[in-house]
Amino acid sequence: MATTSSPVAPPLRRPSANRVGLVLLLVLAYGLVPLVGTSYLYEAILTPFLALSLAALGLNLLTGYAGQLSLGSSAFMALGAYAAFNLSLRLPVLPLPVTLVLAGLVSALAGLIAGLPALRLRGFYLAVSTLAVQFFVAWVLNRFGWLSNDSPSGVVSAPPLVIAGLSFEDARGRYLVSLTVVSLLTLFAWRLVASPTGRSFVAVRDNETAARVIGVEVARTKLLAFALSSFIVGIAGVLWAFAYLRTVEPAGFNLDRSFQILFIVIIGGLGTLRGAFLGAGLIVVLPLLLSRLGAALLGDGFDSGTLEMGQRIALGGLIVAFLIREPAGLVALLDRAVRRVRRPA
Amino acid sequence: MNPDLAFLVEVLVGGLLSGVMYALVAIGFVLIYKTSGVLNFAQGAMLLFAALTFVSLTERGVPFAGAFAATLGVMVLLGLTIERAVLRPLVNQPPITLFMATLGVAYVIEGAAQLAWGTQVHGLDLGIDDTPMDIAGILVSRFDLFAAAVAGLMVAILSLFFRYTRTGLAFRAVADDPLAALNTGLRLPRIWAAVWIASGLVALIAGLLWGARLGVQFSLSLVVLKALPVLVLGGFDSILGAIVAGLIVGAVEKLSEVYLGPVIGGGIEGWIAYVAALGFLLLKPSGLFGLRSVERV
Repeated sequence: MATTSSPVAPPLRRPSANRVGLVLLLVLAYGLVPLVGTSYLYEAILTPFLALSLAALGLNLLTGYAGQLSLGSSAFMALGAYAAFNLSLRLPVLPLPVTLVLAGLVSALAGLIAGLPALRLRGFYLAVSTLAVQFFVAWVLNRFGWLSNDSPSGVVSAPPLVIAGLSFEDARGRYLVSLTVVSLLTLFAWRLVASPTGRSFVAVRDNETAARVIGVEVARTKLLAFALSSFIVGIAGVLWAFAYLRTVEPAGFNLDRSFQILFIVIIGGLGTLRGAFLGAGLIVVLPLLLSRLGAALLGDGFDSGTLEMGQRIALGGLIVAFLIREPAGLVALLDRAVRRVRRPA
Repeated sequence: MNPDLAFLVEVLVGGLLSGVMYALVAIGFVLIYKTSGVLNFAQGAMLLFAALTFVSLTERGVPFAGAFAATLGVMVLLGLTIERAVLRPLVNQPPITLFMATLGVAYVIEGAAQLAWGTQVHGLDLGIDDTPMDIAGILVSRFDLFAAAVAGLMVAILSLFFRYTRTGLAFRAVADDPLAALNTGLRLPRIWAAVWIASGLVALIAGLLWGARLGVQFSLSLVVLKALPVLVLGGFDSILGAIVAGLIVGAVEKLSEVYLGPVIGGGIEGWIAYVAALGFLLLKPSGLFGLRSVERV
């Protein structure tokens, strides 16, 4: 990969060190984790973490890089999940990777349509239009029973994860499938943001008029951002439903999920790829920590309702704190910490 | 009157009256948006908080007036706290950042309100019975009429306040041009505080009316989602727009529910207002009464 010689590549401070870190991370995720992992680690932490990271990565392309605020991410997750479900149900000949890509394409097509208002609306007006997508998709999925195979409850189980005759049904297998999908799409996103297309996303975000002046086709760029973002978010939805929940149901993809993904992006850091992972890590681990903490502090008087409210407060407080104290998110905190370690003053 | 026509009028009136309730929520947004450029997503949470506090106080035997005054005091404090602790440190940040901060605030308030007062559903009785009234052969809900009257009164008071008081004049100056207002010596923070108090009051009134209609529970904070299409249609910065758009959205929602629902399936009220508002915006991007530019970000 000739990133360093490419004139549009971002100025990496220590490209070699970053790359070494990335390789180490992958070795750890593929080599060490499967050796020592427990099914609790896979099912409660790693698999949801990967799916949410991927969704946040997709939203970050749209909101962080291209500057188009979307409040409807989970609608695209739902579209991806339902597309994959129906494809594997009705076209069982398709291998799982193909189903995944097709589901992503369905979501991308919907994203393209959802992006059309962005050609005329900006800011809050656009954000509200993405809410319309959120509610409309939820309605469609509930309204047409055919989409959930006429299941009376609307809840259907996900098909087994089998790739090339190998079953990935156990917790570790589902983790490995998620990890592979997330790694590939992260690589894709990483190349994308360094490409001229990624640069034009940023140009549109920072100043539409200036972008137009230097020859960026603003309309095309916005639609592309919506489509690519929805592609990734849609596949994240497939992972969420197939690898994590093991069921497909509209309730899992509500407005709260959309906000959650937006929060991940804010907490992690807008306009960075690493931010999606850092933010998702925090969002997945925070409830677990809070429940431990609550049980330790309050003992018996601690019920799940209190926990849920406590989580809500902590999450909201975190958002506000990050926006005020560190708008660049966890990524900025991490970078500062790394710098301090490398150059002890 | 032709029974079909009478039915149509009945649906229409019902829609318009519930539209007034939407407008009431939307006005809380407009107040803050006009003066500080913040789309306050926490408006719904404030509404829930007000209604929950009021109901919990009355359930503990506090009389109506006392509970109202106490809740108003709490709402004033809440508004001032949000303004001071969250929005003032974020001055000069892009509007989207401010919006996301209010999203965080909404989460905190929702969590705190339910942590303090519990998650069960409370009934709220304002003493108005909800029997339909027969006006010229058309059935109209007594409660809806009352709510519309309260909302109308509220708007009248706010309009008078902004037209004839010094604070109101300052408010309009800031809404017009914050920098020029600052230049003439207006104290921006004081005006922001006043606006947050006003929006706390609106949240209380709207919370009581909506709470009486739906029951006081978590889903009350979701009425904010009903107000957003109203805002998009009427423009984020126009009180008149919020009222007219509220009426339109209410009417569209009820009419489509009754006439379109049987054709394409029920439950469309969740999105039909959004689609209608967006469809209108695509034709006329400045909204009904909004200022010319839609580019606020």
